[in-house]
Amino acid sequence: MTVDWIWSNLPRITELTLNHIGLTVIPTILGLIVALPLGWWAHRSRRSYPAIVGAASLLYTVPSLALFVILPQILGTRILDPINVVVALTVYTISLLVRVVADGLNSVPHETVQAADAMGYRAWQRLVLVELPNAIPVIAAGLRIAVVSNVSILTMAALLGIPQLGTLFTQGFQLRLYVPLVTGILLCVALAIAFDSLIVWLGRLLTPWRQKTVTA
Amino acid sequence: MSLLEWFLDPAHWSGADGIPMQIGVHLFYSAVALALSLLFAVPLGIYIGFTGKGEGIVAGIANALRALPTLGLLVLLFLLLSPVVPGQLVYGIPTVIVLVLLAVPPILTGTYAGIQAADTEAVNAARGMGYSQVQILWFVQLPCALPLLLSGVRSSTLQIVSTATVAAYLGLQGLGRFILDGRAQGDFSQMAAGAILLAALALILELAFIAVGRLIVSPGLQRTTRAPRKIVPTTATAAIRLTAS
Repeated sequence: MTVDWIWSNLPRITELTLNHIGLTVIPTILGLIVALPLGWWAHRSRRSYPAIVGAASLLYTVPSLALFVILPQILGTRILDPINVVVALTVYTISLLVRVVADGLNSVPHETVQAADAMGYRAWQRLVLVELPNAIPVIAAGLRIAVVSNVSILTMAALLGIPQLGTLFTQGFQLRLYVPLVTGILLCVALAIAFDSLIVWLGRLLTPWRQKTVTA
Repeated sequence: MSLLEWFLDPAHWSGADGIPMQIGVHLFYSAVALALSLLFAVPLGIYIGFTGKGEGIVAGIANALRALPTLGLLVLLFLLLSPVVPGQLVYGIPTVIVLVLLAVPPILTGTYAGIQAADTEAVNAARGMGYSQVQILWFVQLPCALPLLLSGVRSSTLQIVSTATVAAYLGLQGLGRFILDGRAQGDFSQMAAGAILLAALALILELAFIAVGRLIVSPGLQRTTRAPRKIVPTTATAAIRLTAS
């Protein structure tokens, strides 16, 4: 029975999983791209730090279901358009990462920055070649939280009918069936673990100078 | 009907499914879930913070819970409980359990981290003044833990209020009703109105928490916007900057 259901629905499960991956990965990357300059700005100008970080975290208080519904009114999209979900999750990612990027840049030791200055790095070289790489561990830690939350928040879009793994939950509820439901939950958790491990791996890859034995 | 007309229609402001009633029901579920979470998480957090036991396990569980999708968990609990629990409770209990599961980790982490972060010098000073262990906990460590504890309670409350919309999915009342009924009936004004009410409720609560935090946290602990680490340009760096520009 269990295996039968999964087998006969395999194409659909695959499609929902692929949708879920796309709708998680795209907003996470877009969010990071937007959060980097904003976080840098908050790091540079200490007077605007509270305003930028405060505004960003206020965005996180908007409930996901509300955002999925309000965005079509602002963007002029249809309610079922996946763009709404992409924008909503991008907003959440930005909101989480702005503070992380700013704090990550602030965590770079002052001596390191001075050494870069002394070696004649220009401001942008210092940022790209010295400060950002040193902030990678902090940024990666924030990115892990963002991607795992996104996997989970995305499932709420099933309440509006946007197809992704959450669709298996609503289906399980309508049919009173455990199999689609549990399949959906397990796939979500597996995706979360996979993305989380991927970021950990990428973070190590990008910071080869850090000792591998030091773990939090 | 436009969004504004929907809000101005007096019929939407009265009765068992009017706006005030749905906000009330929404806050009721949220309050029940928050009270249960506090009852469970604060004592456990104090224990962990005081003894230092079980910290790793709690952090692991908190991370795992983040990965669990709320909606899936809600339906799973509903299916599991439906043969056992009678009447309306079969909708209410899964909703509250899901909300409590969301709310416990931030409060728990805030409590034990707050207690551990209490200034050791303050604790030692209290001990030197003859405070008993319980007095130190009550008069020194807990007040010191208050900012972090409050920030845990704040994020828990916001998560609960945002997620309490799923109650409507099981057929219960609350602000989720407007969104889901609007969706089912193709009534976009009703949907948007529900979303705006929900977002407004969350924002008001967030601002209320900031205000309460200012009121009850000891003035000695008020963390004003992190004292900026002043970068004093040494003569060497200043010289390099001059030559570089």
